[in-house]
Amino acid sequence: MAVEMVKISHISKAFDDFVVLDDVSLSVDHGENLVVFGKSGTGKSVLLKCMVKLLVPDEGEVFIEGKNVHTLSNKELKELRKNIGFLFQSAALYDSMSVRENLAFPLIRNFYFTKKEVEAKVKRALEMVSLEHAVDKMPSELSGGMRKRIGLARSIITEPKLMLYDEPTTGLDPITTKEISRLIRDLQNQLEMTSISITHDLACAQIISDRAVVLDKGKIKYEGSLKELTASTDPFLHDFFTSDTKED
Amino acid sequence: MKNLVKKHSAVYNNFSGFLFGVGQFFEFCFRFLKNVFMPPYEFHEIKKHMDELGVKTLPIVSVTGFIIGVVLAMQSQPILARFGAESVLPAMVSLSVVRELGPVITALIFAGRVSSGIGAELGSMRVTEQIDAMEVSAIDPFRYLVVTRVIACALILPMLTLYVVFLAIFGGYLAIILTQNMSLQLYVVSVVEAIRFSDILPGVGKTFFFGFIVGIVGAFKGYNADKGTEGVGKASTTSVVLASLLILVTDTVLVKITLWIWP
Repeated sequence: MAVEMVKISHISKAFDDFVVLDDVSLSVDHGENLVVFGKSGTGKSVLLKCMVKLLVPDEGEVFIEGKNVHTLSNKELKELRKNIGFLFQSAALYDSMSVRENLAFPLIRNFYFTKKEVEAKVKRALEMVSLEHAVDKMPSELSGGMRKRIGLARSIITEPKLMLYDEPTTGLDPITTKEISRLIRDLQNQLEMTSISITHDLACAQIISDRAVVLDKGKIKYEGSLKELTASTDPFLHDFFTSDTKED
Repeated sequence: MKNLVKKHSAVYNNFSGFLFGVGQFFEFCFRFLKNVFMPPYEFHEIKKHMDELGVKTLPIVSVTGFIIGVVLAMQSQPILARFGAESVLPAMVSLSVVRELGPVITALIFAGRVSSGIGAELGSMRVTEQIDAMEVSAIDPFRYLVVTRVIACALILPMLTLYVVFLAIFGGYLAIILTQNMSLQLYVVSVVEAIRFSDILPGVGKTFFFGFIVGIVGAFKGYNADKGTEGVGKASTTSVVLASLLILVTDTVLVKITLWIWP
């Protein structure tokens, strides 16, 4: 029987009068890879941020490995977050640190590794994203695709159980998009992670997803395998996926 | 009537917004005080920021310190000459610089240079999600980014002030010897005789609070920046204005306290 890694129960979030999430419930099993689709402004990123308590929902609860994220103490939340990786849309690399320092930062701060072990982990993470040569570069010297890869390497360096991807391929060319998507899939397989990805990108979702949901106006409108959703005759889904394909 | 209601509600909104901001600022200060004594202590980061802030401000405070001394001596000399009191010029220059001008002007320059820098740096980290990334990685960004910078500011400003005071007194000497004959030895003796411990301690001691203000205001504005690059610019400029204002208000209070302790 599958065990739940993430359970989102009836969460709602509004900014002033604008309702972004409206009674959203969702669950993701251990080892499952879920993709969340939706038009811009439908609350996808807000949903992801509520999962790690970067935002606090107005109502509802989020459970990760059975723990209610929003009622944990600071210490417990810190422990939980050590098992979560988050790839931001902009990669969010620390400007003032080199690639090596960016990658080593969570290891040095949160774990008791020796200098040698940290160095070895940095090297391995960079090998996974094929950017060993960029170890001494500063973030400002990297291209968009490289930044995403380094961001990915930094997220997986602690070998988290749960990975959250906020539009991992936005702004990248089709070839880099495919490369990053394959990389995400390979990492998921290698590290046996559970993942939740937000994307507009059908090509990326086809590579990385086991299951997909579509958010619309703050609610989950559709849920199923990507094949089912793309084959659906529902006008909204048809429009959503065909326009996405055309754009690509 | 409609316009009047509109006007009143705008005033009410501005006022409640102001009070909300004040509340947020005090909450931020309280959070700092709660965190500052809790381990782990980031000595390495504090030292790094002290180095950076010190080096960043050294050239401008050097020039300013020297000029304060020169101008003060040049301005005071003819006035004192009118009363035949030119001999107290070294004492006047040194006391003015030690008790008030040195600390306040150094703090204001430090605020202009550092508070805006911290506001812009943390603001850009906020809008590019670097602070969120730190938080998600189980690293407390408040301790790492805010506490270290505020402590560094509070520790480095008294050192810079002592340096400025020294340069200003030296500048005063150079201005004096342009118009009258006075040996360096006589000048130094006059200065040392004039300055008491009760002049140095409150003068330099208050810069510890000024440093705290510079750091905490810059960090508060940057840490809470929003609305993209516009927010970063706003954080940078408003932190200078607010820090300067708070320095002057705090100075008034501290002068009163000083005079109460050492009448």
